[in-house]
This record gives sequence, structure tokens and C-alpha cells, in this order.
Amino acid sequence: MNMGIDFLILMKQEWAVIAILFILLFIKVGSKDRTNENILNLVNVLLLLNLIGGFFGYKDGMLFNEMFKTNHLIVMEKNILSLGTYIIALQSSSWLKNNKHVLEFYLLLLSTLLGMFFMISAGNLLMFFLGLELSSIPLAALSNFDLEKRKSSEAAFKFIISSAFSSGLLLLGISLIYGTTGSLNFSAISEHLHGGPLQIFAFILLISGFAFKISAVPFHLWTADVYEGSPVTVTSYFSVISKGSVLFVFLTVLYTVFKPYGVTWNNILFVLSVLTMIIGNLFAIRQNNLKRFLAFSSVAQIGFILIGITGATQAGSASVVYFVLIYSFSNLGAFGVISLVSALTGKENIEDYKAFYKTNPMLSWVLAVSLFSLAGIPPTAGFFGKFFLLMAGAGHGNYILVTIAALNMVVSLYYYLNIVKAIFMDSNENPIKKLMIPASPKLALIICSTGIVLTGVIGYVYDYIYSMSIGF
Amino acid sequence: MNLSLLIIFPLVTGIAVLFCKGLKQVRTVSLTGATAQFILSLVLLVEYWKERSAGNRSQFLFDRNYTWFEPLHIHYHIGVDGISIAMILLTAFVVIAGVLVSWAQETLNKEFFFLLLFLGASAYGFFVSLDLFTLFFFLELAVIPKFLLIGIWGSGKKEYSAMKLALMLMAGSALVFVGLLGLYFNTNLNGAHSFDLVEISQMHIGTAAQNLFFPFAFVGFGIFAALFPFHTWVPDGHSSAPTAASMFLAGISMKLGGYGCLRVATYLMPDAAHHYSPVIILLSTVAIIYGAFATMMQKDLKYINAYSSISHCGFVLLGIGMLTQTSINGAVLQMVSHGLMTALFFAAIGMIYSRTHTRVTEQLGGLLKVLPFISTVFVIAGLCSLGLPGFSGFVAEVTVFMGSWQNPDRWYRLATILACASIVVTAVYILRATGKAIMGPITEKHFNNLTDATWNERTAAGVLIIGIVAIGVAPFWIYHLITPGTDYIIQHLGKPVTLK
Repeated sequence: MNMGIDFLILMKQEWAVIAILFILLFIKVGSKDRTNENILNLVNVLLLLNLIGGFFGYKDGMLFNEMFKTNHLIVMEKNILSLGTYIIALQSSSWLKNNKHVLEFYLLLLSTLLGMFFMISAGNLLMFFLGLELSSIPLAALSNFDLEKRKSSEAAFKFIISSAFSSGLLLLGISLIYGTTGSLNFSAISEHLHGGPLQIFAFILLISGFAFKISAVPFHLWTADVYEGSPVTVTSYFSVISKGSVLFVFLTVLYTVFKPYGVTWNNILFVLSVLTMIIGNLFAIRQNNLKRFLAFSSVAQIGFILIGITGATQAGSASVVYFVLIYSFSNLGAFGVISLVSALTGKENIEDYKAFYKTNPMLSWVLAVSLFSLAGIPPTAGFFGKFFLLMAGAGHGNYILVTIAALNMVVSLYYYLNIVKAIFMDSNENPIKKLMIPASPKLALIICSTGIVLTGVIGYVYDYIYSMSIGF
Repeated sequence: MNLSLLIIFPLVTGIAVLFCKGLKQVRTVSLTGATAQFILSLVLLVEYWKERSAGNRSQFLFDRNYTWFEPLHIHYHIGVDGISIAMILLTAFVVIAGVLVSWAQETLNKEFFFLLLFLGASAYGFFVSLDLFTLFFFLELAVIPKFLLIGIWGSGKKEYSAMKLALMLMAGSALVFVGLLGLYFNTNLNGAHSFDLVEISQMHIGTAAQNLFFPFAFVGFGIFAALFPFHTWVPDGHSSAPTAASMFLAGISMKLGGYGCLRVATYLMPDAAHHYSPVIILLSTVAIIYGAFATMMQKDLKYINAYSSISHCGFVLLGIGMLTQTSINGAVLQMVSHGLMTALFFAAIGMIYSRTHTRVTEQLGGLLKVLPFISTVFVIAGLCSLGLPGFSGFVAEVTVFMGSWQNPDRWYRLATILACASIVVTAVYILRATGKAIMGPITEKHFNNLTDATWNERTAAGVLIIGIVAIGVAPFWIYHLITPGTDYIIQHLGKPVTLK
């Protein structure tokens, strides 16, 4: 009996997503006269309930012989993902309003979310891999959701191939780990790590697989094309939720399973993060399409997050989770404006945004504040997020890395300010006309801007995440 | 008194402005807010005197400490000593003058006044911070408003200048950031680290760490204060900015750098300050001489003032680098004096430009006949700039020179002599610009139709002139104000330099 209750409570967030999936399936099968508007409203309400439910009934524990484990931090991470998904669902309503396949969109989206939840909670490499695949295969279908667009199918194809390749690397790594340690359980693996060459090789394969998924340089080349081809809401899902979930697992795996290899992965992350920041920044400067631009800027952001991971302390893991939360607000704020403009006018280039402020002052401010937050300018939350990431890195004595990162922040400021310049300072004969913002995207933007303004200044959020974080 | 009010007043006013309708309401609300914070800063001065004369000897008064990020020991810690009060007074003077000269701001006036007041709030925040995290927060907070002010309302190649300024200042704060982290992780407070200025000053940071992180902090803040060779944002930024923004930039913003160099770099890393003192003196002497000669070549009044700011801010850094009490007193005085003087100068230039639509000295002439008030303001600012006794510039520069001369080393004395000599060059360019633009015959016929200053411009200039003269004629009050603060810095620096 007790086991049964545990079974329900420990997996509460997974159960919630599964329940939503089933409700949607029943609607799909059962009801004939449904309107898109009703479905969208229903989904938004269900996702909101899912998000709120996530904050109740915390419990630490394991299930299925360590296959599935959960603790306060993991629940928090899942809540961040639920929050992001809720915001994205709100944003996509103006795009999906007239789409025939609304239900399919949400079915696919929620299956990936479910996959991510299982992946984050994995206590076993097999479970982790299953979760990962469940989260990435529907994503390919999602990125092809604009069925008429050729670029969309190109994006989907690129994504499925690169993700299959990275899964291959991961699988090879996993099987070598299994061969050398005799186990797939995280706790058992860390006891059997002895630093032999085959193990190091397997470890590097695993890291490469992860680097693919979070699109760290030199494994980033798929990012820009996939981001550009996919519908904007899917792009934002890619860059925030999908990346965030992999980062969470990466953090757990490095901090708990591969703890004995601390020095090795510290060096690897050093190189990866320097490359990622510099190359991501340099590419972002040259972009003209806003989606591509955000793709590369999000590559650069990953570089900063990796610095936080090198911190290898409780402050390090807290700063990463905290930053992902802030990054969700900021990136979704920026994507929210872009997807709205894209859905209503079809414009996606930086030049189109010239003199945007004259016609749409509120949207301009939201976009500008989101960009400031991405750039790490106070008083937005991004400032605090970046500060703590780099602080975690410096705590480990990596001052060279921190200096490089701090200077890279200046470079990134250049391209973020370029957009701000286009919005506020440039003149334009044919500016984007005044847009009427529908209710649910407006709510999404309000959530994002509130998050950007308050998450940093209110110190309690960080304290809360810190109190649940794991040390090294 | 609660120092947070200094931050809250301008901020609330700024937000209130956003809800106003029409220029009239906007500027009335802005002026009310600016006056309120002006009065507040005077009240602060009085309260400070009261506390001090009642025998309160603690280093920082009106101290408030709230926890911000518990696990990282980051606090919102504020408090003031005499030096901060001097800077707060400067900010208050410049803010009210800046609001007054922007009285006729037509385009996007809400946003303009909001950003001005926001900038003021961040400057106040910076000067009252006693926690390095808070301090850094406010330092960076001030960058974006400047970018927007220059880029949206500026003139000339405004986008370029705005971007250059924002990027260089951000590079400066990136260096400051590394320096601060270095300091933080070299503190030890029962096993934890601290950003608290008071706590750090009471413990000894290892000399090696000091020598490593001092350059980061000093150069980082130095970029804000136009440290040579990182001064290149100054001419472009100042000349492209709208009048009020130029006043804020030169009057307040550059002082953030000087204050940071003194309060963070020099005060918290005294060993390194001694170690790097020759480099600082070399760079600041170059800035003084180079700035002065570069100014001679300028034709545009705003460029003249911008380049002369490089030279004048060189005195601030020279005074800090000399590490004697008199020279540091001089540096603080020079910050206040230059802030007031340069704000007055930019105000006068703005008034001239808005009437004649030119700032090039050769196209101006005979303005004294048609614009007597504005021309007089211009001349007063010029005379203060070249260090005429009776104005604040004289007091500040003489103090810097006397303090520098106390340093017995011969190279230090050579630097002092060179810096002194730059005054002659200053006199040349100031008098030449005055002669060409203000004196002489009227060059353009339409100048005859110009109208002199309006009430708001007169008030703005008047406020700043009162400040300048108050320091110039009776420097003792400000000297007494800042000395307790510099006492602590000198005590901490140890190894006092004495005359042989």
C-alpha cells in the first residue's frame, strides 16, 4: 500500500503529463465538433494545473531498483520545464489558431516533455537513454510542423540525423561503460570508475553526446539550420526546454556519476566553454535572421553555463539551475515577441524591426528587456544569473576562464545592442504596423517580463534553489 | 536617515513620469522629483554634520545592512562617509541642472526624463554602496541608460558613439568584475567569503592576490574615468550626447570611475596601490598632457570640453596615484569640482548650440553682445576650468599639486611639474575658445535675433555656479567633510609619505 502511494507521489509530474496526454487523445478520438479555440484554452488550463501541481508534495526517493529517482532539486528542475512549456503553449496560440493539427502538436510536445522528465529522473543509463529518445524523436516531427515549408522539413531531417548520430555516440559510450563497470546504475558506476583508457574513452563519448544535445562548439553546426527552419514556437522549445533538460542531466551525471573524473571533465569543459562562447558570439554577430541570431546567441549562452558547471560546488549547481530558469524567462520573452510578429506579419529579419518602437512601444520594451537580460545587464535577472555562474567558476580558481567570459559578455552586448539600436534608433519607411496582441500571448509576455524583473532582485529565489542543490 | 530614499526618490519620479501626459506634466513631475532629491541631499549633509559634531566617529554613517543572497554572503549594505556625501551632493546638483536644461525636450520626452532620473538613481546607489556586489550592480545599471540617451536623442554619429561608449564601459565593468571576484575569493570570514567593503578593509588580503587583481579593478574603473589609453570613448560619447546626457556623463559618470579607483582598488588593496603607483602616475600624467594638447587642436566646443575632461580627470587619477592624504583630498575635490564645472560648460554649450545651431568656434563670435547671460556662464566655466582662484578648479588642482609634491621621489616630482605645466596649455585653449566664440565682432547676422537664457536655463546655471563658488571661495567646509574619509584610506594605506 505504502509502495503504491510512493509510486504516485514520486512520479507525480510524470503522471500529470500522462493524464494530459490521455485527455487530449480522448478528445481526438471522441469529439467531433471541437474548435481550435476550445482546445487551446483547455490545454493552457491543463498545463497551468500541471505547473501548480508540481509545487506540492515534495518527496525524495527511488523507484524500480534505482531506475527512477527524484529529489527536491529534480522536482524544481521539472517545474522550470513545466513553466517554460506553459509559456510556450500560451505563445503558440496565435500561430495554432487556424491549424488543423492542434491536438497533434500538443501530443507531440507533451510526449517530449514526458521524455525529459524521465530523463532528468533517471538513475540508470538505460532509463536516461530512453527518456532522451522519447524527448528527441517527437521533436523532429515538431520541427516539421509547418508542413508546407521546405525549410521546415529540411530542419526536421537535419535534426533527426544529427540527433541519431549523437545518440549513437551516447550508446557506444554507455555500452563501453557497461562493459568496464558491469553496471548501468549511476551509483554502481561511480564506485567502479578506475580511470582506465577504455573508460576515459567512453566518458569522452558520453560528453560528446551531451555536447551535441546542448549544441556546444564544435558540436553546434546543426543548431542554426534547425532553429531557422522550425516554427518559432518550436525553436523556442528547442532552445529553452530541450537544452535546459539536457543541461540538468549533464549536471547530475557529472556531479554524481563521474565525480572521480572531476579534473578531467573540468579541463574538457574549460576548452568547450571557451570555444562555445567565442564561436557562438562571432557567428551571432553576423546573423540577420532573428531566429538564427537567437540560435547562435543561445550557443554562446551555453558557454557561460558550462563555466557554472566547472564550479563543481553547491553554488555551481545552484547557479546553473538558477540560470536556466532566468534564461527561460529571457529567451522566451524574446521569442514571444518574435513569434508574435512572425505569426502576424511574417517578418523575421533584424532590418524589419527598425523603428519598431514608434509603432509598438510595449512590445519593444519587452524585447529590449529580454535582450538586456540575455546580455546580463542589471537590473534584469540575467545579470544575477551570469554573475553567479561566473562566480561559481571563479570559486574553483578558474580566473582565466572567467576573464575570457567577462570579455565575451562585452562582445555579446554588441550584438544584443545592435537589435536595440534597430528598434529604438534607426528610422524605417515601412515599419511593422501596430499589432493587436491576443490575450494568451500577452499573458505569456507578462509572465516573462515579470520573471525577468523579479527573479534576480528578489534574493529568495536563488536561496531557495541553493538550498536544494547538490554539492560536489 | 534612510539612504535608500536617495535611490527610491529618483526611481519613483522616473516611473511616475512614464504615466504622465504631455511635456508640461512630464517636466513638472521631473522637476519636482529632482528638487526633492536635491533637498534630500542637503538634508543628508546637515544630518551628517549633526552626527559628526555629536561625536560620532564611526567610519560610515547611516549604515543599513540587509541580506540579499544569503548563501553567497551578498548584502545590500549602504552607508556614507564624507567622500560619498561630496559625490552625492555633486550628483544632486547635476541632476537638477540636467532636468532644467532639458526643459524643452520635445521628442519622446517621457522616456528621456525617465532615463535621466534612472541614471541619477544608479549614481546615488553606487555612491552609497558599501557592498561590492551592490556597488557593481549600480555601476552596470548606469551603462544602458547612457547608451539609449546618446543613441536616441544624440546628434552627429550618435549610434556609433553610443555603441562605443556602451562597449568600452562594459569592458571596464568586465574587468572590475574579475577584480571583485578575485577580492571576494581571497577574503576569509570564518571560512566564508565576503563582498562587504568594511569587512574586507579589516582583513589582510595576500600581497600576491592584491598585485594580481588590483590592475583589473583599477583599469576597469579607470576606463570609466578616462584612464589613458582607454579614454577614446570620452570625446565621441560626450560630443554626440544631448546636453543633459553630456552633463551626466562628464559630471557624474566619470566620477563613478574615480570613486571606484579610490574606494575599491586603492582602499581595499593598499599594498598593490603602492606597487602600481608609478604606473598610475605615468598614465595619468600622459593623460593630463595629452588631453591638454589634444584639446588645443579641437574646433568643436563639445570636443574641446570632452578632451579637456580627459586632462582634468587625469588630475583625479594622479592624486589617487600619489597616495598622500593631501593628494587624495585633492583628487576628491577635483572630482566634485570637475563634475560641476564640466556640467556647467556642457550646459552653456548646449544653450549656445540650441540657438546658433553650430558648435564650431570659427562660426561663432560676438556672442557676449547678444547672449550676455549664456556667454557669462561660458566664461565662468572656462575660468573655473583653467583654475582661476575663487572657483573650485583652483582649490582642487592646487590641493592635488601640493599633495603630489609631498612625494619626495624625484620622478614623482617630475610628473607633478609636468602636470602643473599643463595648466598653461589649458589657459591657451580656454582663452582661445572664449576669444573666438564669445568675444569679438558678431560673425553672423542672424545672431542678432537670438534670445538670451530662459528662466530654467538661468536656474540650472545658477545652481551649478553656486556649487562652484561655494567650493572656490570657502573650501574649508568640503575639506572638513572629506578629510575623515580620507583619514581612513591613508591609515589603511600605511607607509605615510613624509617630507625629507
